[in-house]
This record gives sequence, C-alpha cells and structure tokens, in this order.
Amino acid sequence: MQHAAQTDPVDLHAARVGTFKLQDTLFHQVTLAFAFLVLAALAGIMISLTIEAWPALKHFGPAFFWSNVWSVPEGKFGALIAIYGTVVTSIIALLIAVPLSFGIALFLTETCPVWLRRPLGMAIELLAGVPSIIYGIWGLFIFAPLFSQYVQPYLQKAFGDVPVLGSLFAGPPIGIGILTAGIVLALMVIPFVASVMRDVFETVPPVLKESAYGLGCTTWEVVTNIVLPYTRVGVIGGIMLGLGRALGETMAVTFVIGNANRIAGSLFAPGNSIASTLANEFGEADPGLHISSLFALGLVLFVITFVVLALSRWLIHSGTVKQGR
Amino acid sequence: MSAPTPTIPGDAILVVRDLNFYYGDFRGLTNVSLNIAKSKVTAFIGPSGCGKSTLLRTFNRMYDLYPGQRAEGQINFHGKNLLDKKQDVNLVRAKIGMVFQKPTPFPMTIFENIAFGVRLYERLSSSEMDDRIEWALKKAALWGEVKDKLQQSGLSLSGGQQQRLCIARAIAVKPEIVLLDEPTSALDPISTAKIEELINELKSEYTIAIVTHNMQQAARISDFTAFMYLGELIEFGKTDTLFIKPAKQQTEDYITGRFG
Repeated sequence: MQHAAQTDPVDLHAARVGTFKLQDTLFHQVTLAFAFLVLAALAGIMISLTIEAWPALKHFGPAFFWSNVWSVPEGKFGALIAIYGTVVTSIIALLIAVPLSFGIALFLTETCPVWLRRPLGMAIELLAGVPSIIYGIWGLFIFAPLFSQYVQPYLQKAFGDVPVLGSLFAGPPIGIGILTAGIVLALMVIPFVASVMRDVFETVPPVLKESAYGLGCTTWEVVTNIVLPYTRVGVIGGIMLGLGRALGETMAVTFVIGNANRIAGSLFAPGNSIASTLANEFGEADPGLHISSLFALGLVLFVITFVVLALSRWLIHSGTVKQGR
Repeated sequence: MSAPTPTIPGDAILVVRDLNFYYGDFRGLTNVSLNIAKSKVTAFIGPSGCGKSTLLRTFNRMYDLYPGQRAEGQINFHGKNLLDKKQDVNLVRAKIGMVFQKPTPFPMTIFENIAFGVRLYERLSSSEMDDRIEWALKKAALWGEVKDKLQQSGLSLSGGQQQRLCIARAIAVKPEIVLLDEPTSALDPISTAKIEELINELKSEYTIAIVTHNMQQAARISDFTAFMYLGELIEFGKTDTLFIKPAKQQTEDYITGRFG
C-alpha cells in the first residue's frame, strides 16, 4: 500500500505535466496566430493600397503629391488640395484642443474637488464615445448656421483690415469651411488629448509636488515648473494621439468642410480633406485613374497617420521609461 | 486623558495646543500640545502610523493639498495661528521648509533646483543668485561635490547628494524652521552620517523638527524628543532624560525595543 502510494502520484504527476505541456504549446500557438493576424491585416492594407494606387502613381509620377488639381472631368488628379485640407484642419483642431485639454487635465488632477472628479472624468470619456456622424450633423445643422451668423462677421470685422490675418478670414461667411471643420475636429479630439494628459499628470509623484508646494509655490507655479517638465514627453505623446485622430476623421469633416476641390487662402472658404474626398467620391468613381487616385490618397493618409501614431507611441514609451529610473 | 503639557527651556517658535487631526472620519492626532524650541532640534519618534509625520505635516499645512484632511486646534507661529483659514499657506511654507523621506530633486539643473525656490519670493541679480546658491550648497555640505556641474540635472546626483540638494533647496529660501520627514531612511550609512552632521551645524541658525524611525538617530542629533503612539503625544522632554530615564512605561518599552 505504502509502496503503491509512493509510485502512483509520481506517474500521475508525469502524465499530467505532459497534458499541461501540450495545452500550453497549443495555447501559445493559437494566441500567436491571433497576434499575427493583426500584423497580417496591417501589411495587407499597406500592400493592397499600394497595388491599387500604383496606376495613378505611375501615371502622374511623384507630382501627384504636390499637384493642386483634382478634376474628375479632365481626369487630372493631385493630392495637394486634400493634403492641405487635412493638415490645416488638424492644425486648427490642435490649436484649439491643446490649451483646452490642458486646462481640463489640470483641473481634474490638481484643483478639482473630489466629488466632481469622477463625474467629470466620466463625462469626458463619454464625449470620446459619441459617434462622429453626430458631431457631423450637429456641426452642419446647428453649429455652422450659428457660426456664420454670430461669429464669422465679427471675426471679419475684427481682423479684416489686418494685413495677413485679414486674408485668413476673407470671403463670404457661409458657416461651413476649413475653420468650421477644424473647430468641430477640436471638439472631437479634446476627450482623447485631455484624458492622456490627465493620465500623465497623475504619474507625477505626489512627494515631488509636495516639495514644490513646500517651498511656497502656488498651484500654477507647481504645474508650470514641475508637472509640465516632468510629463513633457507624455503630453507631446497625447497631442500626437489627438493629431492622429484629427487627420483621419471622416464623417464629421465631410459634413462641414464644404467639399470644394480648391485651395483658398481664407479659412472661411470650403475645402476638402483626404478622408472627406474619399467618402464623397468613392461611390461614383469610375474604374481606372479616378479610383486609383483615390487609393493613392488613402495611401498618403495611411502613411501620415501611421507616422504620427508611431511617433506618439514612441514618445509616450520613452517618457515612461525615463520616469521609471 | 489630556496630553502632558510640556515645559521646555528657551524660546518656543511653534506653540502647539490641543491639536486634533482628521483623515475624513479617522482621527490621526488627539489633543497634541507641545512647544518647538527655537534653534534646537526636536525629534519625533514612535512606531509606524503613530501620527508623527502627520504632526509634522500640520506645521506647514501640507495636508491642505488633500481634500478630506483637516486639523483643529492651535499652532502658534509668531503669535498667529497657522491653522487659521485666512493664513496664507504659501507664505507659511516659505517660512517653514520641508525635506522628505525620499530625495525629490526637481526635473531641472542643480542650479535651477535651488534658484527656483528663491525666485518665488526674491528678486536677485544674477551675481546675488550665484552667491545664494553657493551659500546654500555650502551650508548643505554639497558645494565641493557639485560646484563644477551646476548645470547638470539634479537627477544625475547620488541619493545622498540628492537629499543634500533638497536640504540646500529648503534653506536657500531662508526659512525659520526646517521640517525633516525621515530624511535619511532612504540613504546609506555614510550619507546618513553626513546629513546628521549637517543637521548639527544647521541648528544654530534654524529650528529643526525631524521625524525619524531610528531611535539612535534621535538620541544622537536632537535636543528634545517627542514619543508618540496611536496619535497621542505620550512623552515629551529633553532627549537625554527621555532616553535615559523615561517617565512613562510605554516610552521605556518602545525605546528598549520591547514593542513597536
């Protein structure tokens, strides 16, 4: 009995270990396959975009990227108008969203009363979950009319005579256009930028802030001298994340940008972004050069957002590594 | 039971009376009364969670940063109650400096680490600022080690050097009192010895209140010692008396290592 009791568990053990090993290997392989699916999808998108865009890129040459003609009837296509629209609306969005998000994040981490902290934080996260088409309809039917009636005329009155600034606000105040698209985009990226900023501000060790308060600093002095330098990299990462979203946003921009294929100096003028050009024209595009040019535009957008997001990931990562030392 | 109201010779710079402290509903300090003597070192000892750090943090209203924490009672500093809502906390903190358990250099150069605090309250010419920084670093016994690398990051220093930088930073703004919250608990023995030496030299010009886990340290460097337990001040008096002939059984048990 005793003898049997000594050998049996060992055999049993060995057998079970064998099963464990098999399970582990299997599990490992399956999850590995899932993970590779992501990489395969990414590579697949890149490759298919390039293949589809190739005829246009071959036909127009590198000039495709800086030609400012996008004419379906003439069969001439260049990416500059759309790139300009995408970049300018995104810059406007960031110019508005970054200071606002900064203020939101600071309030949430430094001065907000405890009872308000959670509801406010949650509201911001909910704002991130609003579908973009809702921002689009709101922008087109509510914001744009109000903007053209109450804001644009005053902007023109205020800056109309200033040499450079005046030209930015020239033209009929029709409500929709590059500036409106930028403002709507700003509202859409605020929740993302603000929540990243809040998260990195929270990584500042309380004792570091206490040291600064201990010298007699005000909250503002602590924020500008301690919190911001400490989190600089993470903050930049958050801004890049917002930029990435602004660059690729489609529906809301399509609603309010005006969809005109030209580059005007004025921010009131309608324009077009890469994403909105794609959304507008894919349905009716003829096979051939037009479709291929749209794919090429898509490729440009893919590359721009890929670079921006990679840069932001890298910045956030190197930021956390630095804080860890 | 009312806490013993201690008598100490010399001038008191802080007079604490019937101080109660609350973390929300939890009472962290109960009826604490004591005097902090001017230009002396007062040490606070006691087991973890006894309220000694809490007490220290009421002296510069650090608890103000955290909602839900509040203090009641009196801490008189130059005839004014520090706990008064109308009291300007930033001014209090400029007069009552603090050094923490872990070194906390700011993410800036060694020079800036010190200049930063000075600039908050004083407008100095650049040569005056240089002098002040040299003075503070010399006081903190760090000048010799860093005088050639003032433009390097404060984070590049060793732990002991960082802590002395923090002390230099605290005294550069010329406070009257320096609060030290376990300043050597994160340091090696050599750095600890240097800091203790420094405390000894600083006490001629500054009043020092130090919280420490290390009873030998309290015995070595302090003039007065307060023993705290469960938020109450159990015994307070001259360090020699408290360590050699404690009046209370609890104090004796603690310093002989029989509990804690």
